[in-house]
Amino acid sequence: MSKNEKRLLSLSAVLSAALCVPTAASAMHIMEGYLPPVHCTLWAVICIPFLVAGVMAIRRTLSEQRRALILLAMSGAFIFVISSLKIPSVSGSCSHMTGTGLAAILFNPAITSILGIIVLLFQAILLAHGGLTSLGANTFSMAVAGPLVSWGIWKLGRKMNLNKKVTVFLAAFLGDLFTYCVTSIQLAVANPSAQGGIAASAVKFLGVFAPTQLPLAIIEGILTMLIIIGLETYAKPELRLIGFFREGEAR
Amino acid sequence: MSKNKKTLLISLVLVVLMAFLPLFLVKDAEFGGSDDAGSQMVEEIRGEAYEPWFAPVLETALGGELPGEVESLLFCIQTGIGVGVIAYCFGYLVARKKYKRDDD
Repeated sequence: MSKNEKRLLSLSAVLSAALCVPTAASAMHIMEGYLPPVHCTLWAVICIPFLVAGVMAIRRTLSEQRRALILLAMSGAFIFVISSLKIPSVSGSCSHMTGTGLAAILFNPAITSILGIIVLLFQAILLAHGGLTSLGANTFSMAVAGPLVSWGIWKLGRKMNLNKKVTVFLAAFLGDLFTYCVTSIQLAVANPSAQGGIAASAVKFLGVFAPTQLPLAIIEGILTMLIIIGLETYAKPELRLIGFFREGEAR
Repeated sequence: MSKNKKTLLISLVLVVLMAFLPLFLVKDAEFGGSDDAGSQMVEEIRGEAYEPWFAPVLETALGGELPGEVESLLFCIQTGIGVGVIAYCFGYLVARKKYKRDDD
């Protein structure tokens, strides 16, 4: 067996293992009217500083790095596409990805929060998916917390000199997963279980989300990595402008 | 570049497999919307039916749920907008690299 064949075989083994995970149900954004008003307000308030920082960062990008606009547009469009695709998962229900990893890697969590809230608004108003009352909570999980993790892992991986593609994959993958962890916790805080309280119901909600989201998070990681490869090939000047490469890395 | 192309190909196959294999593997599943599973869990934990205190604006305006077909139309529009922007930008970038001699 050649090296490539071996690699292919082990890859298929990993895939089959991943797809044999036991099944359960799942969920996505928090539905309209499912969080008590106090929680809605609280989560929304937490998001405010991020959104304000995001508006300022976008304005700065527009005035100082006009050429980077194309990357901003693509990051936003990526969230649009990725979060509109409901994908069947091994758990027997559908969920969708967040797509916010790319913007967090290329720019920062603040800018991502603006791009994310645009998509969430679109879905909440037109699609009855997520909701206006739960917008704050959903913004926090998908457009603040997830991107923060992605951004942190990306920065950490760069510092540790990890392979760039692997780092991008990990950043997007873990950011997606973390979004759903936060959603579980948000739901748990609003619905503490009779025995065990918040922690017990957080575990229950996680049990609902995690099996569905895991394969989707892997897909998100792969897609984000592909976009980055494409951008590295065709958009070097723009990437250099926003400080994507380290010194001496880009020719 | 050929290494990138290989990565691209393998990744795409992986993505398609992972997205569609569940349909064939988990035969008796409904693949229903994920939100419903979440609301079921809320009821299970509370031990009673939960009445959402706010209905989606569109459903209030329509006086009922958005028809499934129309919902998929709106989802398609969302995808379409995104794909359009990405394709336009990549088209621009690829052509720029192709027709520019002193490429940087």
